[in-house]
Amino acid sequence: MSREQKAVDRARKAFLTGRSKSLDYRITQLKNLLRFVRERQNEIAEGLKKDLGRSECGTPLYETLGLESEINLAVKYLKEWAAPRPVSKSMMTISDQVYIQPEPLGVVLVIGAWNYPWAVTIGPLIGAIAAGNAAVIKPSEVSSHTSKVMEDLLPLYLDKELYPVVTGGVTETQELLKQRFDHIFYTGNGTVAKIIMEAAAKHLTPTTLELGGKSPCYIDTNCDLAIACRRIAWGKYLNCGQTCIAPDYILCNPSMQDRVIEEIKKNIKDFYSDDPKKCLDYGRIINQRHFKRLMALLEGSTIAVGGENDESECYIGPTILRDVKPDAKVMQEEIFGPLLPILTVSSADEAIKFINQREKPLALYIFSSDNKLIKHMIAETSSGGVVANDCLMHFSVSSLPFGGVGNSGMGHYHGKYGFDNMSHLRSCLIKKLKMEGMNKMRYPPHTEDKLGWARFFILKHVDFGSLGRMVLLALMAVFVAVILQRYFTD
Amino acid sequence: MESQKQVLERLRAAFRSGVTLPMHFRLTQLEAMMSLFEDNENQILEALHEDLAKPKFETVLSEIEIVVNDICYAISNLQTWMQPTYVGTNLATKLDDCFVRSEPLGVVLIIGAWNYPLHLILLPLIGAIAAGNCAILKPSEISRATEKLLAELIPKYLSQECYAVVCGGAEETKTLLENRFDHIFYTGSQSVARCILLAAAVHLTPVTLELGGKCPCLIYGRLDMKAAAKRLVWAKFFNTGQSCVAPDYVLCTTETRDALLPFIKEALESFYGSDPQQSPDLGRIVTDRHWDRLVELLKKSEGKIVIGGESDKKTKYIAPTVIVDVIESDALMQEEIFGPILPIITIKSLDEAINFVNEREKPLALYAFSDESQVVTTVLERTSSGGFCSNDGIVHMSLPGLPFGGVGASGMGNYHGRWGFETFSHKRGCMMRSWLLECVNVLRYPPYNESNLSWLRWATTAKKKGWAACSVM
Repeated sequence: MSREQKAVDRARKAFLTGRSKSLDYRITQLKNLLRFVRERQNEIAEGLKKDLGRSECGTPLYETLGLESEINLAVKYLKEWAAPRPVSKSMMTISDQVYIQPEPLGVVLVIGAWNYPWAVTIGPLIGAIAAGNAAVIKPSEVSSHTSKVMEDLLPLYLDKELYPVVTGGVTETQELLKQRFDHIFYTGNGTVAKIIMEAAAKHLTPTTLELGGKSPCYIDTNCDLAIACRRIAWGKYLNCGQTCIAPDYILCNPSMQDRVIEEIKKNIKDFYSDDPKKCLDYGRIINQRHFKRLMALLEGSTIAVGGENDESECYIGPTILRDVKPDAKVMQEEIFGPLLPILTVSSADEAIKFINQREKPLALYIFSSDNKLIKHMIAETSSGGVVANDCLMHFSVSSLPFGGVGNSGMGHYHGKYGFDNMSHLRSCLIKKLKMEGMNKMRYPPHTEDKLGWARFFILKHVDFGSLGRMVLLALMAVFVAVILQRYFTD
Repeated sequence: MESQKQVLERLRAAFRSGVTLPMHFRLTQLEAMMSLFEDNENQILEALHEDLAKPKFETVLSEIEIVVNDICYAISNLQTWMQPTYVGTNLATKLDDCFVRSEPLGVVLIIGAWNYPLHLILLPLIGAIAAGNCAILKPSEISRATEKLLAELIPKYLSQECYAVVCGGAEETKTLLENRFDHIFYTGSQSVARCILLAAAVHLTPVTLELGGKCPCLIYGRLDMKAAAKRLVWAKFFNTGQSCVAPDYVLCTTETRDALLPFIKEALESFYGSDPQQSPDLGRIVTDRHWDRLVELLKKSEGKIVIGGESDKKTKYIAPTVIVDVIESDALMQEEIFGPILPIITIKSLDEAINFVNEREKPLALYAFSDESQVVTTVLERTSSGGFCSNDGIVHMSLPGLPFGGVGASGMGNYHGRWGFETFSHKRGCMMRSWLLECVNVLRYPPYNESNLSWLRWATTAKKKGWAACSVM
């Protein structure tokens, strides 16, 4: 048996013991996870520095603060989320219990990514634990130092059997994907996502795919340009542009282009000083392969700001490209780096057309002081999520579902959505063997009379408050007694 | 005649034009669907009778009323469903509007099945229309009369721009699946479902699979035998056992079985008379192939037939049959029966029954009959299934408030009522940030420092109870 098979096998055996079903157990694990995140900030930060050149404040800000918030939310609301959810009844079921019972799926696989290795690997794990599942955690091998921290330290805090960390590269992932899971949660790119869906097809396993795409950023002529550019600069160059929801490219009126470039340039300087290479708060490209990929994207486009690079350090300075054409190299794939192309459009409608000609992105950004325009753009486009007048922030709101659509993904998580995503919502109808007289109308031999009654009773749906229900029940009982007396006495 | 590609292009153009977005359009289409049923009840009855010898009562209840009910439900609730939902925020985002919009996906594909040929293709369509999508319907070619009726009536009542019926068999379906859809909704078997998932993977298309499996029926403890037998028999032999949620087999003790059998016999006689072949209320097997399959299962089975067992190939008739002394390895226990054959497996304890169920794939439905509520609760808590119903069968799927769908091998995703609307929608998280309080945003910009970090930590923690709005904000 391979190492991967063993881990999955052990997780399944642990799940079948039923210990993750108890809400107290899940809360204990979640609290342990919280302790881990708080106690091991140093090790986490060190790993991130080695992997991505992340500064010390960058760790809590962009990886662990969000996790702490999500864990606290799950601990606080778990009882409510896991409780039976009553639904409205029909006339026939008025005296029965009708509800939805959330249940764990079983053993889920969480495949993380390298750009925010903690946020996108542990984030889905929170939902998995809260929902009562076992979870095999497969961190990205590209962020290898973080992967090691996870492998070494998580088992010291979490149930080793229920939540094993399985590290490795392509071969190990392929071996994992041969096993049977009850759900696969993948964060990454579209190419690998297709392979995952194919592997999942074999076992009829549902998947959540958090992918990416080119997230457009439209800047309207009517907006506070200084603030807009500051927020865009922050969103773009965070983590050196290696964010699935980074504003990929800008669409704006040609008359604004120069000012936009000026403003963003000013903010780059405010954030990262005159020499971002020396600034601790500016990160690095993850590896040489991506560095080369990004440098190749520059071909054919005009650099307005930046462009400095150093292969030995995988450093690319914050860069703005001007007058970019739709067929430019930089517009053919998700950038995932600190290159910000500006394409000019004559109007919001032209921007909408441009966006709609392309695949649905994970995020759409609209900067405008005209709320009507914003609502119009939202209505005329489709994307995973939308933020007006800022970037990235919707990721931090737990009550918003975070996920893609079309090529940018399927399924969503965060907050209760994370819990539901990893649960089976089981429909339950609890009836008694009483009131059998009522059923006579549905049994053969069928008559027109019975059919008439059945049409009225069996499917008609009612929605009452509890008081109304009591009154109706009483009336129904009388009514039914009369009917039974008259028409159905043996 | 239009090719599949031409149909798809036409629907995609229609979707792009935005015609399906306004509520008024969707309501009109739903109302037209209702008229389809109202105007054509006789043709529907005829078609279902031709395909499955379905009695009028069953057609009305399970093909017409259930769909019409869901249409009414959608029409009454559509406005609410379409409204964006405003959600709570944390302190750092207090001045912002955060809401979730339900948006259509685009052009969806709905593949129907032959056992409830109208219901299983039109009920998903309600959700697709309500959510603002265009849709291609691919009815099952096995229920031929209904397929023909759908091909004739859908273009007559629904917008031809936005909804189309594509007919054909396995080859045509395979070709259809090579195209890109924004969602595929499939009802049918596990083996075909795997092919559908593989086809969907090519385009990263999300999928809803309504599959089947062997739905166990545990009968245990103290119970009203007569009532239980009646409900069990009704649920099992409805549509001649050809229901994805029919109780597939029974698990009970020998004593329960012996006490139950006379009541099952009594119920069968009261439903279908002493010669069920003469009863107009019992349907027939859908095709010769399925009839052959079922008769073969009976032959191979090593159990003892205690009721029924008769069959007639010419009319595709199989009598309501009950078989006892069936063990795990029996032919009847190797596949979903999908016919009027009820195996009874005896167990010695509730634990044994639950273990038996848990050693198998998760079924679409699980039934527990008992007057002891503890028994019902135990079964519910220690098993998993798409849906669960105690002391009855099938009826849980008639409630639009309950999501209808499988788990594990019995499927993924769900529909009915609002769940159908959600299945065919994209939930788009939207945030409208204020221009104000840029001074608060300063906390997040580089150069980073510890002091800003602690302010941010405080401001972004989930709302606590009893906190008044902070004066700083």
